[in-house]
Amino acid sequence: MDRDRLLNIRNEKKPEIVEKLIRDDVVEIRAERVVLKGDYYKNQLRIALRNCDIINPFDIEEYIAFDGYFALYKALNDLSQREVVDIMKNSLLRGRGGAGFPTGKKWEEAFSFDADQKYIICNADEGDPGAFMDRSILEKDPHSVLEGMAIGGYAIGANKGFIYVRAEYPQAVKTLRHAIAQAKENGLLGEDIFGMGFNFDIELRLGSGAFVCGEGTALIESIEGHRGMPRPKLQRTAHVGLWGKPTIINNVETFANVAPIILNGAEWFRSIGTEKSPGTKVFSLVGKIENAGLVEVPMGTKLRDIVFDIGGGCQNNKEYKAVQTGGPSGGCIPKEYLDVSVDFESLDSIGSIMGSGGMVVMDENTCMIDIAKYFLEFSVDESCGKCIPCREGTRRMYEILELITEGKAEMNDLEELEKLSHVVSNTSLCGLGQTAPNPVVTTLKYYKDEYLAHIVDKKCPAKSCKALITYTISDRCIGCSICKKNCPVDAIDGELKKKYSIDNEKCIKCGSCYEVCPVKPVKAVEIY
Amino acid sequence: MEYKFDLEKNEVLLKEFKAFLSEIKKNNGALMPALQKAQELFNYLPKEVLKLISDELNIPLAEIYGVATFYSQFSFIPKGENQINVCLGTACYVKGAQSILEEFEKELGIKQGETTSDLKFSIGQARCLGDCSKAPVVMINSDIFPLVKKKDVKKILDNYR
Repeated sequence: MDRDRLLNIRNEKKPEIVEKLIRDDVVEIRAERVVLKGDYYKNQLRIALRNCDIINPFDIEEYIAFDGYFALYKALNDLSQREVVDIMKNSLLRGRGGAGFPTGKKWEEAFSFDADQKYIICNADEGDPGAFMDRSILEKDPHSVLEGMAIGGYAIGANKGFIYVRAEYPQAVKTLRHAIAQAKENGLLGEDIFGMGFNFDIELRLGSGAFVCGEGTALIESIEGHRGMPRPKLQRTAHVGLWGKPTIINNVETFANVAPIILNGAEWFRSIGTEKSPGTKVFSLVGKIENAGLVEVPMGTKLRDIVFDIGGGCQNNKEYKAVQTGGPSGGCIPKEYLDVSVDFESLDSIGSIMGSGGMVVMDENTCMIDIAKYFLEFSVDESCGKCIPCREGTRRMYEILELITEGKAEMNDLEELEKLSHVVSNTSLCGLGQTAPNPVVTTLKYYKDEYLAHIVDKKCPAKSCKALITYTISDRCIGCSICKKNCPVDAIDGELKKKYSIDNEKCIKCGSCYEVCPVKPVKAVEIY
Repeated sequence: MEYKFDLEKNEVLLKEFKAFLSEIKKNNGALMPALQKAQELFNYLPKEVLKLISDELNIPLAEIYGVATFYSQFSFIPKGENQINVCLGTACYVKGAQSILEEFEKELGIKQGETTSDLKFSIGQARCLGDCSKAPVVMINSDIFPLVKKKDVKKILDNYR
């Protein structure tokens, strides 16, 4: 492969592809860029997702047609390692995996550290429930990640890269395998890339279902063949990482941003987004939302614009209650903060985090204590068990939340819960433990009245906690007997064409009767 | 339930596995790929296979056991011919995935993490299958079922019975 061939492929293929996509009514040309068509995409600016749903991920030439591998050529041909590092530093790109550490700074650390062997790792262990942006990039535009990794390898002086993909993404593994093989065939990975003496090889490593392996040092342990337990941070992984060698770990979305930055420059990137968080961020907007899907917008976009303008608000005209960002490490954002600007600093300041970009929308029927309990259960399950605050603390917190949702808690349990949150976040070894209490802390902060309703009144305002609700049948009942037929425990009694009733002693609160009740517009089965 | 690993019946697979081991033996960090391959070939990690890995890679059995128990994808009982994974990620959870899981458990008469006695089905849970815009999602083997409702469960299972 050389520059002429890259140019030839681009000139030949691009018009063909674009013409076909326009014919199929998939894309339109906006500001000289080929973008996906439709209202959902109108307010988006796609950099990391630039090729997703536009190119065929199994055809490397389609990637090249959309400027693919031109950045790698530019880096190898025109720029020194130092210059690549400087461009990344000046771009102020921050890690998209969640913590937001400046990528260029990370690269500089590894670049300036002398070693006989260095490694680049792509963290594709996307574990946050509710986040699927990395999976989409891997499955729809794998070469953008490979190119970003190769540029990173050149910059820091590494000739070997690993992609650590979670086992739950078989399609992503398949796409990546194919992409790596194609890149090697075309001399874009492997020995002597572009004939310029740079070697870079990428190997796939699979996770095996451990959330904590998304943490950098745990991921390294896992690749080395150990239990995925985080290491104490005595040294930076940029100095002492995989097999003791300097190692850079970046997230999928971070790597997908590298090529456009090298091609268009740091200033261009900084012109998008906010001063401290430049560029765009991909969010997976899911949950009880009208238009669920991936959204890529400039940093600093208002949460309201994402949820309502792009997402179309809550489903079935229900009232918005919260957005949960950052997965098990994040928090819930209430209505009052819908105008918050979505960037690293602003989300931090209201107690949530950017995280990897999951945005789960909740409506009036979601119980916030149940959600906090859900995330705590996740952390309890996924805690690696190495340090005590996380292993034991999260479990005790979970037990208290369980008491609350069962209506068995007292006020002093709430104090205990607050105290434990403090201890766990201050004394855990890695990010998992340090952030595990966040869902509790933010719900306690913004939805304390719901906690009080559970504890004092023994009521669940969202009518979701089984122990605190009762089902009854109102006078609207038309006596159709459908509920009786569907009740799994024979708790419903009555005669045809007459009002039925529920025996609360027998009722297991499965909700079947409510689901099947045909009375409209308001169901005859009521929940209290 | 006790499961006995049939060495004779698995002879071909064992041969394939041994070839795989000798191929990756020299690589750094060969244990995870070895365990993953074993799980894929035998549907679980039989003691006999773990001993083989220990001998070939020169890693103590205790250490292998430590690693294997750490990761949720590895199992020590055979997984069913059809593996059901009900996604319990956040998006699926708020859309009622828990009750879908319970429906599968009820239909098959086993709990999550178990295998039916005819080895036809096993139920697992997935943290997030990454198909959140189609929540709640169920994955059987590698087929994805989007927007699953409780009443669909029986129908879905019938495809595999």
